[in-house]
Amino acid sequence: MAFEPILTRNRNHPEVHQLDAYVKRGGYASLKKAVSMAPEEIVAMVKASGLRGRGGAGFSTGIKWSFMLKASTDPIYMVVNFDESEPGTFKDRYLAEIDPHQILEGIIVGSYTTRASVAYIFIRGEYPAQARILQETIDQAYKAGYLGKNILNSGYNLECVLHRGAGAYICGEETSLLEALEGKRGWPRIKPPFPAVQGAFGKSTIINNVETLCCVPHIINNGPEWFVSIGTVHSPGPKLYGISGQVNKPGIVELPLGIPCRELIEKYAGGVRNGRRCKAVIPGGVSMGVLTEKELDCALDFEGPPQYGCLGLGTGGVIVMDDTTCMVRVLRNIVRFFANESCGQCTPCREGSVWMLKILNRILDGQGTLKDLDLLIELTDTQGALVGKTICGLADGTSWAVKTFINKFRLEFEAQLLKKYMVSKYGPHQKRGNQSLCLSIHGKGNLYI
Amino acid sequence: MTWESKDRLTATERSSEPVLDNEMKKAIGALCTRYPTRRAVLLPALHMVQDKFNCISESAILELAELLDIPPAEVLSTASFYDSYSLSQRGKHLIAVCQSLSCELCGCEQILAALQEKLGIEPGQTTQDGKFTLITAQCLGACDYAPAILIDQTLYKNISLERLDDIIQEVEN
Repeated sequence: MAFEPILTRNRNHPEVHQLDAYVKRGGYASLKKAVSMAPEEIVAMVKASGLRGRGGAGFSTGIKWSFMLKASTDPIYMVVNFDESEPGTFKDRYLAEIDPHQILEGIIVGSYTTRASVAYIFIRGEYPAQARILQETIDQAYKAGYLGKNILNSGYNLECVLHRGAGAYICGEETSLLEALEGKRGWPRIKPPFPAVQGAFGKSTIINNVETLCCVPHIINNGPEWFVSIGTVHSPGPKLYGISGQVNKPGIVELPLGIPCRELIEKYAGGVRNGRRCKAVIPGGVSMGVLTEKELDCALDFEGPPQYGCLGLGTGGVIVMDDTTCMVRVLRNIVRFFANESCGQCTPCREGSVWMLKILNRILDGQGTLKDLDLLIELTDTQGALVGKTICGLADGTSWAVKTFINKFRLEFEAQLLKKYMVSKYGPHQKRGNQSLCLSIHGKGNLYI
Repeated sequence: MTWESKDRLTATERSSEPVLDNEMKKAIGALCTRYPTRRAVLLPALHMVQDKFNCISESAILELAELLDIPPAEVLSTASFYDSYSLSQRGKHLIAVCQSLSCELCGCEQILAALQEKLGIEPGQTTQDGKFTLITAQCLGACDYAPAILIDQTLYKNISLERLDDIIQEVEN
């Protein structure tokens, strides 16, 4: 049976930007149902659904919300993480473009459940058009009584404020986002205390990803059993996959969690561009590491990518590279991103990422040596929260990319070093077709670099 | 880079004319009711100043500090951290060329090189007539439309070298 889109069901109905049309298509029904339920009931429902956070970490939303039931500060805040800045990720942007009221409904239900009285939507600065759409949506909801005082005569009050970020990847990290919300530099906080205890403005705060919140109304409407029936045992529910890079049809596809990577590319993204072969795929945003062509049977759910040495599913932003792509340049691009976006608070990340970038530039300039590859691997162990060296996980993204790229494409890195050496010694090699240079290394076949 | 140290702001003479007009002060004041602290309004307020003047000037920093009741150094600390704000004067139009992996795979480097040649400036610089500032963006979140550029508040999708002239023309008028 073909999968019917859930979160993107209104993608061909642009009229749902208007509240009336959204209500006509079943919108705000879950909110009506939710306000007649106790928060504990909703938390139990979300827990039973097995919904896991779609922002990258994959933590159980039900458990996260259950922490909030114990929150006693006044007020409690809901903060919506709309700061998706990971290269390859654009799912939340898409959700805002096709169905903004669905996001708002998720926010209101989530806020009601966690008893928040103010919801801040933190949207990244590079999304001015989407910010305008959301502001209009919020205004409509206020007028119709879905926001403000005594929502749907339930006695529940909620204010909703749209807060624009200002161009910093690090603000996707939840405590950094809170700092930015408070008007400070986006420096991640040392945890504990966790935001559930002491978050925005020192009060208990729940922070959720946009896509996560969008799932909640559907769980309330259709029940947790229905949600569990979609996807896999450990990763239930639908997921938006964003496909970009060298494919014929880049864009968003909604599918049950657990789709094999190869099927996603061949069936839903029109295959690799220009009839070429796929060489490598980044499964969920550049910090997650890389899959080689042989590993494309990897299931894209929370358990799949770690089996192939990747950090996780991340955001589901899949970037496809064809067989003409130079992996050294790809890694340089990724490391440049992290070197730029390091907030500068922890020395290993601030300095380490720049060192890595310098080494990669050196390799690409023909000044590198084989030792540089070992040095890069060594550097990955000196930074990141996983190895206990930094406050947040930004440096883990750098480390993981460097580690998986060099380990899985070591031959190509070595060939790049050798090529540059040979060019400097013997002059440029004859070009063959559109392949720049062909080398045979260690008798392991030809490499096009 | 967000963590790069910026030039220090030493005590300067305040400009005789206030930078923030009454209208802006009113708008900032209205925002203050939506947050529990005045300081939280700093990001929206900086957005307002940046949008209007294409720059966060020293006078603006001092005035914002007064208005929001925080030390000027803290305003500078925040303003210098985020890429959206610029302490130096930017041109009338800001061209941000996305350099994310998806855009690089789809040829953003040629786009950037062509723009550099066309405008005669490097990334980070402003044209002499003050019309354009060229910057590189880490990721615009438009990977499905790669290569993409953001000019002011408009996203231009699937850019090709042929279209660049038309786009610049369109922005100029």
